[in-house]
Amino acid sequence: MTATDTTADAAVPPARDPGPGREPLLEIKGLTVDYGEGAGAVHAVDNVDITLHRAETLGLAGESGSGKSTLAHAVTRLLRPPGRITGGQVLYHRRAKDGGPVPPPVDVLAMNPAELRAFRWEEIAIVFQSAMNALNPVHNVAAQIADTLRAHRPGITREQCRERAAHLLTTVGVPAARMKAYPHELSGGMRQRVMIAMALALDPDVLVLDEPTTALDVVVQREVLAELVRLREEFGFAVLFITHDLSLLLEVADRVAIMYAGRLVESAPAQAVYHEPEHPYTRGLVGSFPPLRGPRRELTGIGGSPPDLRSLPPGCAFSPRCGHAFDRCRRDIPLLRVPPAAPERLVACHLDDPDGGSDAT
Amino acid sequence: MTQVRFLFRRIAFYAVTAWAAITMNFLIPRLMPGSPENTVLSRFQGQVSQEQIDAVKAQLGVSDAGILSQYGTYWKDLLSGDLGLSVSYFPGEVSEVIGQGVWWTVVLIGVATAISFVLGTLLGVLAAWKRGSRLDALLPLTTFLSAVPYFWIALVALSVFGVELGLFPLTGGYRPELEVGWSGEFISSALSHSVLPALTIIVSSIAGWLLGMRNMMLTTISEDYVLVAEAKGLRTRRVMLGYAARNALLPNISGFAMSLGFIVSGSIVTETVFSYPGIGFLLYNAVLNNDYPLMQGIFLIITLMVLFANFVVDLCYVVLDPRIRQEA
Repeated sequence: MTATDTTADAAVPPARDPGPGREPLLEIKGLTVDYGEGAGAVHAVDNVDITLHRAETLGLAGESGSGKSTLAHAVTRLLRPPGRITGGQVLYHRRAKDGGPVPPPVDVLAMNPAELRAFRWEEIAIVFQSAMNALNPVHNVAAQIADTLRAHRPGITREQCRERAAHLLTTVGVPAARMKAYPHELSGGMRQRVMIAMALALDPDVLVLDEPTTALDVVVQREVLAELVRLREEFGFAVLFITHDLSLLLEVADRVAIMYAGRLVESAPAQAVYHEPEHPYTRGLVGSFPPLRGPRRELTGIGGSPPDLRSLPPGCAFSPRCGHAFDRCRRDIPLLRVPPAAPERLVACHLDDPDGGSDAT
Repeated sequence: MTQVRFLFRRIAFYAVTAWAAITMNFLIPRLMPGSPENTVLSRFQGQVSQEQIDAVKAQLGVSDAGILSQYGTYWKDLLSGDLGLSVSYFPGEVSEVIGQGVWWTVVLIGVATAISFVLGTLLGVLAAWKRGSRLDALLPLTTFLSAVPYFWIALVALSVFGVELGLFPLTGGYRPELEVGWSGEFISSALSHSVLPALTIIVSSIAGWLLGMRNMMLTTISEDYVLVAEAKGLRTRRVMLGYAARNALLPNISGFAMSLGFIVSGSIVTETVFSYPGIGFLLYNAVLNNDYPLMQGIFLIITLMVLFANFVVDLCYVVLDPRIRQEA
């Protein structure tokens, strides 16, 4: 983001979520996901607010167990027991139909099974980490694209399915001749491309990428990523990009949200996260990989080990590993707030909190 | 192209296996002590002349020739469908005796096994899909039924439904006064005679299919492709059958093939308890009466059926699992 952009953003009155004043598409409000029930329940996602805007790429980063994948599964209602959504809303803003009024947002979590089936893939498509397992080994590529089309476009002919599959595959750089291939006949990169083609089948507005390149080697990772960026320009969908690889995220995302122990700890434009991370945890993450360009800096890493969600410390979950922790951190859970110096971001930290203990309630 | 090559390799494999099995079938009786002509002649308690002995030996096809020429004759007879004469059904031909019994067995046990497989697999799919629901009660119930010895279940069924309630006939495959044929009366009689044997087979074997399918389903359900299928907005039934069950089915299919192969041999207890005129009952009688030619013939049929069933499964696998076509 350039300097002018930042100024423009600053002109917008700081809202609850200081997104750059664009049209919200997917609003996650107070989402809480538990694993297990009763006293032994673990809050894998704890009261998370996050908004994805139209045509925006939002990165969601955090270490293993921070709840980022659980969040993605909850948003698409793909959670398996013992995972349970225990609170919150996921509001989806549909596009206005040709000149008509903008329809009111729908709550994905309140949809009945038929609505949910119609919503899935049509509006939100997902690309999973391991394309090896994400494609059904006993059906060929074309069949797997076709059954998506048939489920959502009743009456589509076999010939139309074939044409659409060929077109989609060509779009993602897979020769159309490979559509009769089975997953085991394709390389890892090809499979992930097929997965992406499948995700685009119904022209969704949101693409959730759950560690889409983690299982690929670095070169193929690059190619797939470049392809995704190109497709996003071409089709204009919004992306929720989930990864533990912050360096990757800083390159492709407009905005980055950092999760720790099921909570959002910081949300800011990607460049801001890279240049001046606010939250000590974000600082630790940014300090733990070498910069590709610019002057060298010392790598620091984060001491300690990831938190155990079953026994989180009182107050800030990061406090035991934080070099700046003081008494209040071990007492009150910090809430997300807009730091006075940087209106375009949200931080959940007691450091530099101007108004004493007002949000301790 | 690869599929055709695969097919030829399988056929070659089965041809070699069949040859080995048939050769063993030739060798084993000749390595055993005792001889068929002595079994027949012992009934005469030594009151026989050398001519009579030779006549019986000729009739039974016992030869004093070298083993290699016997082997040649054995193959020649086999290819012309001549399996020798049965001792216990003397002078019936083995091929004829088996031919009468085999259809009873194939139809009864085959249909029962198929029903058990289909039912057990479907229940397994449901039990896995709705795990944690009341369907889980199926597991201890069916496991109990398969843990109880089969003959006991069969005898209890016979005494309850046959003797006490009188719903079904006690023995045989049809009412003996009826002519075997395609008449309605005969078919309905055969059906009512087959209900108890078939039911007991299904009840005692369904747990295996159910458990196997449920376990495989639980594995495939947690696969990402099932999650993707759900995320794609496919109908629940399509996700359950087309994605989860479709992949979980493969191991159960090979189990089914094995059990098809063992239909003939596995029917011994059933057919003995219900005095069913099938091939298991024949084998039982053959063993009791030292009827070597009949035993040999039945073993041959069992071997060929196992091989054939395996071959069919190989073909099914080619259709069901694209990954197989490249390997092997």
